[in-house]
Amino acid sequence: MQSNAALEYDYSLAKKFTFLTILFGFLGMLVGTIIAAQMAFPELNYLLGEYGTFSRLRPIHTNTVVFGFTVSGIFATWFYLGQRVLKVSMAESKFLMIIGNLQFWIYFVGALLATVSLLFGVSASKEYAEYEWPFDLVVVVVWVLWGIGIMGLIGIRREKALYISVWYYLACFLGIAMLYLFNNMSIPTYFATEGLGSMLHSVSMYSGTNDALVQWWYGHNAVAFGFTVPIVGMIYYFLPKESGQAIYSYKLSLLSFWGLMFVYLWAGSHHLLWSTVPDWMQTMGSAFSVVLILPSWGSAINMLLTMKGEWNQLTENPLIKFMVLASTFYMLSTIEGPIQAIKSVNAIAHFTDWIPGHVHDGVLGWVVFMIMAAIFHMAPRMFKRELYSKKMMEQQFWLQTTAVVLYFTSMWIAGITQGMMWRAVDEYGNLMYSFIDTVTVLHPYYVIRTVAGVLYLTGFVMFAYNIYKTMTAGKVLTQEPQFRTPMA
Amino acid sequence: MFFHWLEKNPFFFASAISIVISFAGLIEIVPNFAKAAKPLVDMKPRSVLELAGKNVYMKDGCMTCHSQMIRPFKSETDRYGDYSLSGEYAYDRPFLWGSKRTGPDLHRVGNYRTTDWHENHMLNPAEIVPGSIMPAYKHQFTNLADIETAYAEAVTVKNAFHTPYGDEFQGTRAAWDAHKTKVLADAAAIAADMKNQDVKDAVAKGEVPEIVALIAYLNSLK
Repeated sequence: MQSNAALEYDYSLAKKFTFLTILFGFLGMLVGTIIAAQMAFPELNYLLGEYGTFSRLRPIHTNTVVFGFTVSGIFATWFYLGQRVLKVSMAESKFLMIIGNLQFWIYFVGALLATVSLLFGVSASKEYAEYEWPFDLVVVVVWVLWGIGIMGLIGIRREKALYISVWYYLACFLGIAMLYLFNNMSIPTYFATEGLGSMLHSVSMYSGTNDALVQWWYGHNAVAFGFTVPIVGMIYYFLPKESGQAIYSYKLSLLSFWGLMFVYLWAGSHHLLWSTVPDWMQTMGSAFSVVLILPSWGSAINMLLTMKGEWNQLTENPLIKFMVLASTFYMLSTIEGPIQAIKSVNAIAHFTDWIPGHVHDGVLGWVVFMIMAAIFHMAPRMFKRELYSKKMMEQQFWLQTTAVVLYFTSMWIAGITQGMMWRAVDEYGNLMYSFIDTVTVLHPYYVIRTVAGVLYLTGFVMFAYNIYKTMTAGKVLTQEPQFRTPMA
Repeated sequence: MFFHWLEKNPFFFASAISIVISFAGLIEIVPNFAKAAKPLVDMKPRSVLELAGKNVYMKDGCMTCHSQMIRPFKSETDRYGDYSLSGEYAYDRPFLWGSKRTGPDLHRVGNYRTTDWHENHMLNPAEIVPGSIMPAYKHQFTNLADIETAYAEAVTVKNAFHTPYGDEFQGTRAAWDAHKTKVLADAAAIAADMKNQDVKDAVAKGEVPEIVALIAYLNSLK
């Protein structure tokens, strides 16, 4: 049945999506750094006329890093590791290659157009679901094409049992499909009338409290199925591959996976604590957020224990460093989230900068680190060249680690300061601070955050440069490296 | 073992995931849906001008920095007014609660800010509130609000969700042309309280600058 000859995998799609990951990563983080600077130095709002205000750029930052950078990274790694764990080459099916390329081009053009639409203020206004209905349809088409790609590859697989990473990619596909469809349900007003007004405008199928519930069921779980599930899928593949160590525990993987699938979605309503959604929903959201620590830490601990007895690799191989730090930040972020979801803590934390602080220790420390590590691992295998510079990787690692620490510590302090000032009362029970006092006091933290942004962005440029040089000037490899990625 | 079998049968594996991830939404969102969709007694939906203002609010991303959700704490009711009720949002599509208060809550801003305050503030926030980091939105004084789209929105929600707009709200161009005079009259009432001559001239010509619609919307937040 199975021949012993090594399969020749087709990496053309993985390469294309890798380029997009780097492109969108740079753009998204650049805009992120700009809007961070705008909060410290408001004059920077006027660089582009009406198109350059914080409020226009912020959705571009979030959508570019979510639907540009992260989704490209998910696609790139899928088209690399999907073939390898299923033991089948993309090149074996012309159909799957066509579907994959179609997915790439529709995605690329669609993402660019959608970004321009946000710049012009065409926005449905629901967070991470700002795209108006025509762009939502593009997202659906891309997602369906990816689904066909996954199912197709699974259909022609040689390895019968699905490896853990495939569980996570499948869950990512199914979860996002469900969430995105339901949250973006809307009626285009132009087509519901005799062609009155703008063709791009639509109204949500849900109103008020219901809309908020659906949105945060989506918003929270877009994080689940975009920023957690596929990234866990990546580390389950790349950490054992890079370290040469087998996954510590199959049972722990099983528990973490099914636990995550069941628990995560309940926690969405913790975004709506103290709002007008019924108390029992808020309590459910709160309680399930705490339970969520179990499957989250289950995966992270499984990863750390995979390195058992091989911790020397941490000092020798910067790639292992990136992945171990990613797991660690995953643990930090998944304990911080449940703390913020406790109702009394949330009363202070909600609406403050502690929330973006939490998001960023998760995404900068976990998601981006893991995706970069994956690309570092894939590049020598896709381009058949050694990584260009180990030294630069080390420098990048420390630069970005410093940046993440500066980011979240400054935002923790900013958030708690603001939350406490909003509620501070004097001895007679009167509010002590006007709102503007709670804004001006944050200036130093916004400056620190901007510095963090610049450092992180610099690190990302070093990463991009390192990959570019690997492609063009890395030492040519005659044989595919088995475990540890070769680097100069 | 069951899981080993499952991992060899992708169809059942995918089905199992789908079932497991569906629970939460079904149990948390569906049972309360009809109740949460109810408006307060006698609540009127927004006028077309106010809807156009809401669309300016969305276009310029006001909700990225301002919430519309007053939580039931004394520190919030002292600062912003009565805490928010579910029924007050029943006609809001989308909801605009926001998730971050870089600036203050706006759910009842209509109770304590006036047309001329907004006019001055949108031109130069830091002059009205020293230390403010909010950008100026000068372009709202020259860009025109899309009142036709706002009308189409009112008609759409009337037909699809029975939002109580009157019989004159029909999806035809003739009905829109008839209703437009009402929108312009509302705009003129706002412009009368403003100082900016270009805005006044535009409204006199039958045009509605974004700022006029936006102020109408902000004034309606009570």
